[in-house]
Amino acid sequence: MTPRKLTSSADLTQLRDQLQKQRQGDRTIITICAGTGCLACGCESVAQAFRRELAESRLEADVEIKTTGCHGFCERGPLVVIQPEGIFYQKVKATDVKLIVDQTIKHGQLVNKLLYRDPQTKVVISKEHEIPFYKKQMRLIFGKNGYMDPTSIHDYIALGGYAAAAKTLLKMKPEDVIEEVKKSGLRGRGGGGFLTGKKWATCRKAPGEPKYIICNADEGDPGAFMDRSLCEGNPHAVLEGMLIGAYAIGSHEGFIYVRNEYPLAVKNLNIAIEHAQEYGLLGKNILGSGFDFDIEISRGGGAFVCGESTALMASLEGKIGEPRAKYIHTVEQGLWDKPSNLNNVETWANVPLVIEKGGEWYASIGTDNSKGTKVFALTGKVNNTGLVEVPMGISLREIIYDIGGGCPRNKRFKAVQTGGPSGGTLIVETAEPMIHESLVAHGDIRDEDEALSLLDLPVDFDALTKAGSMMGSGGMIVMDQDSCMVDVAKYFIHFLQEESCGKCLPCREGLRIMLEILTRITEGKGTLKDLDTLEEVSQVMIDTSLCQLGGSAPNPVLSTLRYFRHEYLAHIVDKRCPAGVCKELVSHAIDETCNGCHVCFEPCPTNAIIGKTKELHVIDQQKCIQCGACFQVCRFDSIKRVKRGEGDAVQSRAKELWKPRARKEASAATV
Amino acid sequence: MNLHDNGYDLDEAITHIVNRYGSKSTALIMVLQDVQKHYRYLPMEALKAVAKKMNLPIAQIYSVATFYKAFSLTPKGKHHVCVCTGTACHVRQAAVIVDNLSRSLNIQPGETTQDGEISFETVNCLGACALGPLVTVDDEYHGNMTVTILNKLLNELRTGKMAKTTEEVK
Repeated sequence: MTPRKLTSSADLTQLRDQLQKQRQGDRTIITICAGTGCLACGCESVAQAFRRELAESRLEADVEIKTTGCHGFCERGPLVVIQPEGIFYQKVKATDVKLIVDQTIKHGQLVNKLLYRDPQTKVVISKEHEIPFYKKQMRLIFGKNGYMDPTSIHDYIALGGYAAAAKTLLKMKPEDVIEEVKKSGLRGRGGGGFLTGKKWATCRKAPGEPKYIICNADEGDPGAFMDRSLCEGNPHAVLEGMLIGAYAIGSHEGFIYVRNEYPLAVKNLNIAIEHAQEYGLLGKNILGSGFDFDIEISRGGGAFVCGESTALMASLEGKIGEPRAKYIHTVEQGLWDKPSNLNNVETWANVPLVIEKGGEWYASIGTDNSKGTKVFALTGKVNNTGLVEVPMGISLREIIYDIGGGCPRNKRFKAVQTGGPSGGTLIVETAEPMIHESLVAHGDIRDEDEALSLLDLPVDFDALTKAGSMMGSGGMIVMDQDSCMVDVAKYFIHFLQEESCGKCLPCREGLRIMLEILTRITEGKGTLKDLDTLEEVSQVMIDTSLCQLGGSAPNPVLSTLRYFRHEYLAHIVDKRCPAGVCKELVSHAIDETCNGCHVCFEPCPTNAIIGKTKELHVIDQQKCIQCGACFQVCRFDSIKRVKRGEGDAVQSRAKELWKPRARKEASAATV
Repeated sequence: MNLHDNGYDLDEAITHIVNRYGSKSTALIMVLQDVQKHYRYLPMEALKAVAKKMNLPIAQIYSVATFYKAFSLTPKGKHHVCVCTGTACHVRQAAVIVDNLSRSLNIQPGETTQDGEISFETVNCLGACALGPLVTVDDEYHGNMTVTILNKLLNELRTGKMAKTTEEVK
């Protein structure tokens, strides 16, 4: 079908009906996830193999291949889902393709070895929606990713795309649109949680022309990648949201500020804009409404601070991305000092849904003050990493255990970090005795009180803030017993120190001082007075920094001090890193569970590991530089990270205890 | 690095890049990205040419070129190895990868090997957190990195045989 400019709502409906008719019937569609995660795992060669195999079997006419955006379950990529049945194959390699075509496509049989097997119950599950990872999710925004080729505007229109924009432009007054968004209770998904409808209304009323619409796709928070996946997998939803917003506010020019580190997102957004222009869904007189709106893409230069609205606007103007004090809000004076309405990718993608199904319907999902769904990036030490979209109000426990499947190798869960580095806050299982003591010592609770487990908190803007955390952009990084909380605090402060723009003194110098102190502590050179200094500097930064980067930067330090003071004390007083992460305080040693498999030999840069195959290995404590390469590759958890100097003791005990049969037990335990 | 390669001289190359964006000041960052892609760094002559062509003060161009992390004023290597040190990769021990890479290449992050072959950088997050620790080699993603796989990758990079995916390396 050649592109044809759509000049009315009827044109759009006609095209949609035509496309839907074409797609009717039980045609088999092989959808291959081509999000960044699956691309990294080689999904391209899988898609090629399918094309080749179908051509050879002369099935091209009956079976369609669709490379789609991210399905979310990145841990198991490359993913292949066969529609309409929804058969879910995971970790598919190009060599498996022939089998799938022969068995599933031709004979309707399942390929057992590619099906998902629940790691806990060992039950084999064949349908995508029955897998626990997907079962508890509510994929309103993200679900469409799996059904369309992001580079095809036809796919989007066939799924009802741009209907909300048509309704807005042709049947609603701008005030009604804002009213509808207000009614929905939609709040900004970038971290601030500001009411979207209220923001739009202020921008609409602000004096000055022209007005600008900006989409913040500078997703700099490490550990968050939902915006990337939306731009890559469903770019038209973002464009449609911006179009609706532009109409409501009275803007004719939009910008998408996207990270250059996301090349696929840049590419797919560019294609989407081009197609939308060809079809008359962007440009002059959209759908015959008389309303003009166009969007330009601007690629960011790789500065974390540019996620901040005023810094982003400075960067859009072609300047360095320094934030300014916000005595005057950007909705009044933003880009080139004109009223500018900035929302994040996920917020824009929610807008068409609000208009399509109505504000009231949207407000029926979620909690009192947090409506709709939120996409989280579940990463770190968790079994099912990936993107999950859940209704607001679900508990963290459900996300981490029911959807995420808990920590790998049955290790002990320690904390979850939400809100990005400058949110940098940790939510922990307060029922743990050590943490209970720490809270009592810090005056958070009385000894006789039983602290509520923070894991049972509902995911909700206000509930998380009250608990000393924040929703942030939706990164959720799970940490287990092997993560050192002092090291994590040091990591965030180091990150923020590098990313601080240096304009205001509290942020620039405060972070430097905090990093010095934290580095000292992790090297075992800290003093108890350092902890007081950390708290004091934190308070100054919170009170006096120019923007939120500095104002929230001490959060990771304050929250780890609050919940994990005992770990700081272990570093300072005992010169010991309980998790075994801080190099200067650790010795690596091999214990009696060693299988003698030799895997640790190759990565060791100093050849410090000695021992014959199938016999106990030993680390030469003189040669070992504590680089941790062996710890990373050992499949039997036999490499222990103990207090500096205690390595030999562990290894001589291992020599006494080690028996060849220990090998069998160890390997049996891991099967 | 020869500034007069690819068939056209510096002025022509810059004109070509600036024209892509219609000389708008908003495009400065993108222009510099393209210049960097062309020369693998930002040569001073190129910055001057951009200033002239876009009619912007050289001070503004220099400030932008030094503020953003993506830009380099010194030449980069032929190959580009980048370790993601986002939080998710950090808790999965990206630091071990950084340390070992630093040791085997004998350079610090942000530097290029003496022979000009390999540049080594760290990046805050590449947004493929589920695959951490993550390394990109010339923009190809390699997930679930260990020192063993890393050594193989480096070997292949030096001998010129590059495997496409981590699976092939394993």
